[in-house]
Amino acid sequence: MSKVTSMRDAVAALVHDGDVVAIEGFTHLICFAAGHEIIRQRKRDLTLARLTPDLIYDQMVAAGTARKLVFSWLGNPGVGGLHAIRRRVEDADPASLELEEYSHFGMVGRYTAGASNMPFFPLRSYFETDLPKANPLIRQLRSPYGDDTVYAVPPLKPDVTVVHAQRADVGGNTQMWGLLGCQKEAAFAAERVIVVVEELVEETVIRADPNRTVIPGLIVDAVVVEPFGAHPSYVQGAYDRDNHFYRDWDAISREAATTQAWLDEWVYAVSGRAEYVDKLGADRVAGLRPSGHAPSGSVDYGVYK
Amino acid sequence: MSQRHASSPARVPGAPSGPASGAPGVADFSRSEMMIVAAARELAQQRVCFVGVGLPNIAVNLARLTVAPTLELVYESGVFGAIPARLPLSIGDPTIVTGATAAVSMFELFSFYLQGGLVDVGFLGAAQIDRYGNINSTVIGDYDHPTTRLPGSGGACEIAINARQVFVIMRQSKRSFVDRIDFRTSPGNLGGAESAARLRREEGWLGRGPSVVVTDLGIYHFDDSGEMRLDSIHPGATIDMVRETIGWEPKVAEPLETTTPPTPEELRLIREQLDPEGAYTK
Repeated sequence: MSKVTSMRDAVAALVHDGDVVAIEGFTHLICFAAGHEIIRQRKRDLTLARLTPDLIYDQMVAAGTARKLVFSWLGNPGVGGLHAIRRRVEDADPASLELEEYSHFGMVGRYTAGASNMPFFPLRSYFETDLPKANPLIRQLRSPYGDDTVYAVPPLKPDVTVVHAQRADVGGNTQMWGLLGCQKEAAFAAERVIVVVEELVEETVIRADPNRTVIPGLIVDAVVVEPFGAHPSYVQGAYDRDNHFYRDWDAISREAATTQAWLDEWVYAVSGRAEYVDKLGADRVAGLRPSGHAPSGSVDYGVYK
Repeated sequence: MSQRHASSPARVPGAPSGPASGAPGVADFSRSEMMIVAAARELAQQRVCFVGVGLPNIAVNLARLTVAPTLELVYESGVFGAIPARLPLSIGDPTIVTGATAAVSMFELFSFYLQGGLVDVGFLGAAQIDRYGNINSTVIGDYDHPTTRLPGSGGACEIAINARQVFVIMRQSKRSFVDRIDFRTSPGNLGGAESAARLRREEGWLGRGPSVVVTDLGIYHFDDSGEMRLDSIHPGATIDMVRETIGWEPKVAEPLETTTPPTPEELRLIREQLDPEGAYTK
């Protein structure tokens, strides 16, 4: 049965006010198209979970969709801070923003516990730091098998996880390559899963390379085909990270007014990702294509009858 | 490239110049370039290095092209054995994947590679550091009402605990080298070497803690008490400049060495190959 739908319908049906939403992807495969649709549909009071809130959550926070962030690294990599979020945190402008803060391994562990139905994830981190004081959900744990003390983090089970990927079939069987981040863990931990892909492929393509399947259609609620849907993030083998935009955002987001003007022009005034890509222009898009090809070798799984 | 550098305000006055330093146009160098070169050289003989965001990224990539050609670059985004064809702005750039030994999930990276004890050096940047190498990258001011909200730990907290040793690269200033950090994001030698060693043993940490801090003015290692000691000063820097940019009375090695200036080849790699736009060196 086909799960293919539009971004508008997927977000309308599966993202609700007050939800815990995880649009995951570590630098790679960040689904800006979904974030922008959530902004357009004016969802409110979301708890936004991501290891690195990145520009997508800075935009979603600026647009007023969120009341809380759950995260582990809050910046614009190689550029600086996330100014819309900082205004909320430092100046409560226009309102305060609740923070629940971990380290990367802590966040990965939270999704892992959520995905595997465990009450906590144990890790050797946080010793002698101020993080457990800042976040009392980070707790010490004595090993049942000896004197070792480790730290534990609680499971994170998003109401909705959005995953961007290179390809899926109509049933939602999803394959990706390049940086995998914790997309798999975040998807398995979630109540509902939206998969957004660059390309829809036949089921035979998926079955020809089962090791590359990261998410089975079994846990997927909607498949959205949205080429260039990760821009200004990137998709390995399809387009590059738009580092110029990441730098530009630093200036755009320094003032609330310029931030809102950008949202008006690039989010509210466009109907969806296709129009956004048109607006970017063919030259900008062409300039982000990889400079060459680097195909994987093929492997032989063999036939066994 | 050299023209841009010729107008750089960060230029070191009195830095070596002339025929001994090599080709025209690279004889001069900025403090940032000296810092990156000195940090890269510290990686000679190291095998596996976990690369942090920012300055560590360029220092480690320079090391791979110079003193440590067999260095395995580990990125927290999930790459082991990266061979970047360009210097990535972010540590999740597609160039770190293409041609790498392995692209793995972050769960594998943090669980098996880092917590499993395979990382020799964790290379970190920081907003604040104290004399014992404890690092703050979370907030300036009070946590609940910060003056400045910084990015936070990322992987730095578990890197500081589980990497066998920690290298730090950061620019010196009274705001960054402080008597007391506002928030301890990544533990160093805590309140001193003795207590740190005991706690690390008791709590089963794999790491021995910080071993090197490279700044724009010099190179520090840690003495037996666990405190930072200036072992080498960069050409053009003075002890007064060091004292003016540090929030405590720094220990200084006797005799104090002078850091060997960047070679023309090191400068060429930084200016032409790694950072032609000056993102890291300005």
